[in-house]
Amino acid sequence: MQRRNFLLGVAALIVLMPVRVLAALWNKAAFESVRLNDASRKLEINAEIPSADIQIIAPDRAENGAIVQVEVKSAIADTEAIAIFVEKNPTPLIANFIFSNGAEPYVVTRIKMAETSDIKIVVKAGERYFTAAKNVVVLENGCG
Amino acid sequence: MDNMKMRAQLKGDVVEVKVLMSHPMETGRRKDDFDRLIPAHFVQLLTATLNGKTVLEAQWGTGISKNPYLTFRLKGAKVGDIVAVTWHDNHGETATQDIAVTQA
Repeated sequence: MQRRNFLLGVAALIVLMPVRVLAALWNKAAFESVRLNDASRKLEINAEIPSADIQIIAPDRAENGAIVQVEVKSAIADTEAIAIFVEKNPTPLIANFIFSNGAEPYVVTRIKMAETSDIKIVVKAGERYFTAAKNVVVLENGCG
Repeated sequence: MDNMKMRAQLKGDVVEVKVLMSHPMETGRRKDDFDRLIPAHFVQLLTATLNGKTVLEAQWGTGISKNPYLTFRLKGAKVGDIVAVTWHDNHGETATQDIAVTQA
């Protein structure tokens, strides 16, 4: 019986472990920040340099803020990560993408925008941070 | 929640991967018809691998749209290589899907 319990315990640990590891990975403080500056600080972003090497493709006007397609491409050498923020959303940090093993610094996704706002992109390259922004006029609130 | 649609196509020397997931992505701020808050339910982590090797790790908040859409690009992948995507949400639910790279 003891051996059985032990094995059950081991099985439970194996099942639970990934969830714990993942919980540790998700940057709760950054994602729950209600101000862009706080979210940014909690992602350890500092001394951002404005860059023309970040291309942001998003509509100038979005009919429905619930679905705004954003395409981001970084031409900055050694780009490791792309973070997407919407300045005026209730929680500005939308996503952080980390690239490795041949993934290009490129992403397309669809985001929610509560109101007209800048979409701000921050690229991490080594220990340096670069930024660019694109304003999107939102006609209908998408955060609900 | 295993209805993830994926496509991985080799175009030139780059594989373009498109993923459409089925997920409510509830913010926790929306109310139902009876004025009760609908609890937050959203994908927090997404990982993509190429032949088992991690190529993309994403952390998401509630600002990703319902039924999330994602495109990413991989260099050095060939026809027949396996691209897999896994997500985990804040309720501990998870889904994985893989697909072989095809010629565009």
